[in-house]
Amino acid sequence: MSVTQRSVPLAGASSMPRPPEAVARPPEAAARPPEATARPPEATVRLTDVSKVYGSGRTSVLALDKVSLTVAEGEFVCLIGASGCGKSTLLSLVAGLDTVTSGELSTGGERVSLMFQEPALFPWLTAARNVELALRARGVAKQGRRARVVELLQAVRLGDFAGKRPHELSGGMRQRVAMARALAQEADVLLMDEPFGALDAMTRDLLHEELERICAERRLTVLFVTHNVREAARLGDRVLVLSSRPGRVIEEIAVDAPRPRRIDSAEVAELAARMTDRLRAEMASHGR
Amino acid sequence: MAGEMLGAAVGGLDYLEVEGLTPEPGRNLRTAGAKGWAGLWPKAAAIMLVLAVWELVYLSGWRSHAIFPAPSTVLANLWGQMHHALLWQALGTTLRRAVLGFGLALVIGSVIGAVVSRNRPLRAAVGSMITGLQTMPSIAWFPFAIIIFGVSNSAIMFVMVLGAAPSIANGLIAGVDYTPPLLLRAGKTMGLGGIALYRHLILPASLPTYVAGLKQGWAFSWRSLMAGELLVIIAGSPSIGVLLDNAQSQLDMPSAMAIMIVILLLGIGVDAAFGAVDRSIRKRRGLADAAGR
Repeated sequence: MSVTQRSVPLAGASSMPRPPEAVARPPEAAARPPEATARPPEATVRLTDVSKVYGSGRTSVLALDKVSLTVAEGEFVCLIGASGCGKSTLLSLVAGLDTVTSGELSTGGERVSLMFQEPALFPWLTAARNVELALRARGVAKQGRRARVVELLQAVRLGDFAGKRPHELSGGMRQRVAMARALAQEADVLLMDEPFGALDAMTRDLLHEELERICAERRLTVLFVTHNVREAARLGDRVLVLSSRPGRVIEEIAVDAPRPRRIDSAEVAELAARMTDRLRAEMASHGR
Repeated sequence: MAGEMLGAAVGGLDYLEVEGLTPEPGRNLRTAGAKGWAGLWPKAAAIMLVLAVWELVYLSGWRSHAIFPAPSTVLANLWGQMHHALLWQALGTTLRRAVLGFGLALVIGSVIGAVVSRNRPLRAAVGSMITGLQTMPSIAWFPFAIIIFGVSNSAIMFVMVLGAAPSIANGLIAGVDYTPPLLLRAGKTMGLGGIALYRHLILPASLPTYVAGLKQGWAFSWRSLMAGELLVIIAGSPSIGVLLDNAQSQLDMPSAMAIMIVILLLGIGVDAAFGAVDRSIRKRRGLADAAGR
């Protein structure tokens, strides 16, 4: 088993320009046979037999078991699974906040940014300052920051609320500030850990459309973790179903329904039902 | 256009939600006025009650009127002292010591707090010692301080710093410890690290706890200062403590009580200033409680 850990550049970890492709790409990508490279969009995130063990000895927990998956450039992939499937672990690994126990993980040298279920905004800063801090951490010069902040807040339709502090905004608005902050990191890959899980259905529905629009405009690659089967069917180009304890990819569902989709459409409902069935079968297998 | 519809819907929902979160300015003004009065009258009533009880005890003849004066006598005495340079000179000395001693404690406490919070072994070694030091009544340090520094300003400063610095250090350490882990994760994904992580995340996040530590530290140093001025009488430099001591030795109760009122008012004033800073920090972060206090 290969136990190499590829270095994953952390979004905004330095003001360094993106590393040269040749260095950052996994070697097999360069040496790939022609028919493989002909496959249209290139894989940006690639996990090969990634396992993650927490702790050691008798108390160790296998959180992920040989997970292999790819996310193509510009693709929107949803990860769905019941509790204990290691979804959040997987995102932490891809974000570079944690290291794999075995297997290989590559983000192709792309910048990665992570969004959580909570907006995790700094409560002492205004919306604009929160976004600006991400730019500052990335080393953007002061003159350029103001205009960029305005542009980013407008992208999430919060231009009028730049001077508000997080507690003065609604949950959905805070999550959009968090999205602007993630975009400020100039990431090509957006990792989202149940970002709309704490919002009401109406707000969530609007934010699905907003996210879809922003991803299309900026050609973002998204790995989106959710508990909500309809959300997965509504948003994903592909949906990966994970097993629980340990997490493993047990099914891959390509969503062919044309965009824009509606969460209340028959196609979405049908796909969601299929995922629910698969998840229930998986949960049943854990009964005693 | 579907896109325009979406934008309008998102924008409209934003205004609906935000209006629910911020009260109208007019209402705000009215409640501010009402709040001021609501906060004021109980205090005024409490002062009147104290004066009334005092007057009753005075009238009851529990102690001779010479050693237990009426409120009016004490207030008249205070008024008289306020027209005398001596009180202001004494006040100047005491406040200078207070600022210097607390300032010194602030610097020392903050440095210790910053160093200890960053370093695990140091925390294990020093952390419990700091807390232990806090339980030591500051007056118990005076014999030690007077033997080391003599009857001098330094003895008073020494005890003030020992009283206040642990609270300040503890406040900073607790603040750093309780930086929300989620914010730390967010900071790290953003690429904040090292000094920048401290400057932009950990220090601002620990500010409310740090200010609470400062407030507690001030209370300790103020008590130490008063004890010090009564114990360490330096000839030729009148201070609030010296005036109080003089009043005692001359059995001049009206003067003693007038000085006590000055001490009380000073304490209340500084406490209110810390309270205002604390409230403004909490308000900026949306941590003010429902009563708006």
